Amino acid sequence: MTQFNGAGEQPAILVEGLTKSFGQVHALRGIDLSVPRGTVLGVLGPNGAGKTTAVRILTTLLVPDGGRAVVEGHDVVREAAAVRRSIGLAGQSAAIVEELTGRENLEIIGRLYHLSRAETRSRATELLEQFGLADAANRTAKTYSGGMQRRLDLAASLVGRPRVLFLDEPTTGLDPRGRLGMWDIIRSLVADGTTLLLTTQYLDEADELADEIVVIDHGLVIAAGTSEQLKNRIGGDVIEFTVPDRGRVADAVAAIKPIGEGEPHADPETGVVGVGVGARGSEALIEAVRALDAAGIASHGLALRRPSLDDVFLTLTGHGAEDEQPNGRRRGPRGRGRAKERGTPEGQSPEEKTARAAS
Amino acid sequence: MTAITGSAWAPSLGYRIRWGASDTFALTKRSLLVWFRVPAYIFFSVIQPVIFVLLFRFVFGGAIPVHVPGGYVNFLMPGIIAQTAAFATFGTAIVLAQELQKGVIDRLKSMPIARSAVLTGRLVADTIRMFVTILIIVGVGYAVGFRFLNGFGWAVAMVVLATVFGVAIACISAFTGLAIGDEEAVQSFGLIWLFPLTFVSSAFVPIATMPGWLQAFASHNPVTYVVDAMRAMALGGRLEPYLWPNLWRSMIWLAGIFIVFLPLAVRSYRRAS
Repeated sequence: MTQFNGAGEQPAILVEGLTKSFGQVHALRGIDLSVPRGTVLGVLGPNGAGKTTAVRILTTLLVPDGGRAVVEGHDVVREAAAVRRSIGLAGQSAAIVEELTGRENLEIIGRLYHLSRAETRSRATELLEQFGLADAANRTAKTYSGGMQRRLDLAASLVGRPRVLFLDEPTTGLDPRGRLGMWDIIRSLVADGTTLLLTTQYLDEADELADEIVVIDHGLVIAAGTSEQLKNRIGGDVIEFTVPDRGRVADAVAAIKPIGEGEPHADPETGVVGVGVGARGSEALIEAVRALDAAGIASHGLALRRPSLDDVFLTLTGHGAEDEQPNGRRRGPRGRGRAKERGTPEGQSPEEKTARAAS
Repeated sequence: MTAITGSAWAPSLGYRIRWGASDTFALTKRSLLVWFRVPAYIFFSVIQPVIFVLLFRFVFGGAIPVHVPGGYVNFLMPGIIAQTAAFATFGTAIVLAQELQKGVIDRLKSMPIARSAVLTGRLVADTIRMFVTILIIVGVGYAVGFRFLNGFGWAVAMVVLATVFGVAIACISAFTGLAIGDEEAVQSFGLIWLFPLTFVSSAFVPIATMPGWLQAFASHNPVTYVVDAMRAMALGGRLEPYLWPNLWRSMIWLAGIFIVFLPLAVRSYRRAS
């Protein structure tokens, strides 16, 4: 999908026809990806879309059933050891030892990369400063906030100076402030030229951080492109309102149809009507008010909002982004998925988060 | 990429051993550091056996007739020490499950470290912890009247046998922790088998006092062989004839546990995700 890598230069990550099943669950059904060096790919999809499975294969934690994946020129199956020397991984939870201090956590990783004692110390100091943890360096990680723990986790993934970094839902479970802090840090890494593959459930996150976005659902790539291209396909911003008189929902759809850039969608039960309006935002909003007024339709909560992941899925697949398939992980007695669901507010939409931030 | 030469980097065996030892050392140090950082962990691993020592020595002990030199306290301590070693492996299973759940093991597996280091580092650290716990319990035993009666050499041998027994159980626990992979599940039922294994043995009461069907299990329980060997090592005297037969059986059992469960633990570590 990305063709702007120069002649002869191979991409940092290349994935072709990758498949993986867990029993009856087809987590990946043949995905292709190409990430040029020094760029950021955002892999967007709901829970259970196959994002984590893809990351686990690319980081040599899982062996695919079919297809191939190459990271920095090394096959993830046949040359796993070489791949491990060029990657860093930060997952959905903070993979740190809470009983140890921030500095100790990083120094252990440094020793495992066989850095000398002096190098280990200076690398830890450098990362703690870069991630705003210098003041907390000698406190145990247990005392850190969720955001600080995740920053420490990200720092740990960078000790070995990876050329390719995998971040699996780096902000899942963080409060809005923690999320923004994480974004700043991720942006600074990218500025240093690290190739980054980032998975997320949040469209705004992919929009903020990624050069290219791939949308996956049920183990397949269903759309790919820049954030701009993707938003154009969705129809940019969305106008949404509720018609209190359920009998007039169809009239409302007819009234706003000429304003939208795509087909309006309506829920006859809740009376919620929405339509994509592209980049014409406020102009379209005024037209919508006039059109509804002219047709004599009362409406509640008429507003313009940024497209959400749900809108992307409604447009691309015709169904919402609900969690309807088990996680890409092995099920059974494992229970990691369960623990995750218990611990973090994953179902939260970006809108809810912003609302919380504002209050 | 189409070449089938694999990785160009093929380190020598000696280099890989040194690399592996260095990684194991770093991970052992990590686990021990946690232990020093949170002394409560030591306290909790010692408190349960201490309560057992006091309970059996002073509450139940008077009602349990035994025929060993020095009376019930001398009968009891080798059993308590074996159980302490086995129960110390709760930590092994729980921490591995927890690290799996938190993604710590994923992080380590995605790094260029020796594949064996996570498991060996854990086992080495837990063996050190177990050894220290055993020494503390021996000290507590001495405070309530326990005495080694068979010389220093056999006393050391008894502690070594208890530790080797504990490491064998740690392999089972490591396998259990990694296979279940859920901290709460491991805590609530993952290690429940340790209770019948240690109690239905000669650890606390003479097997002859049990009903016949239970004797059948208890007298073939490897814990009984280990405890009987330890008791003979500690006390000697009229237990001397029981030493070597039980030691042989113990060694065969322990070797069997290592042969079966070490590969199982390694396999579940490899598959763990």
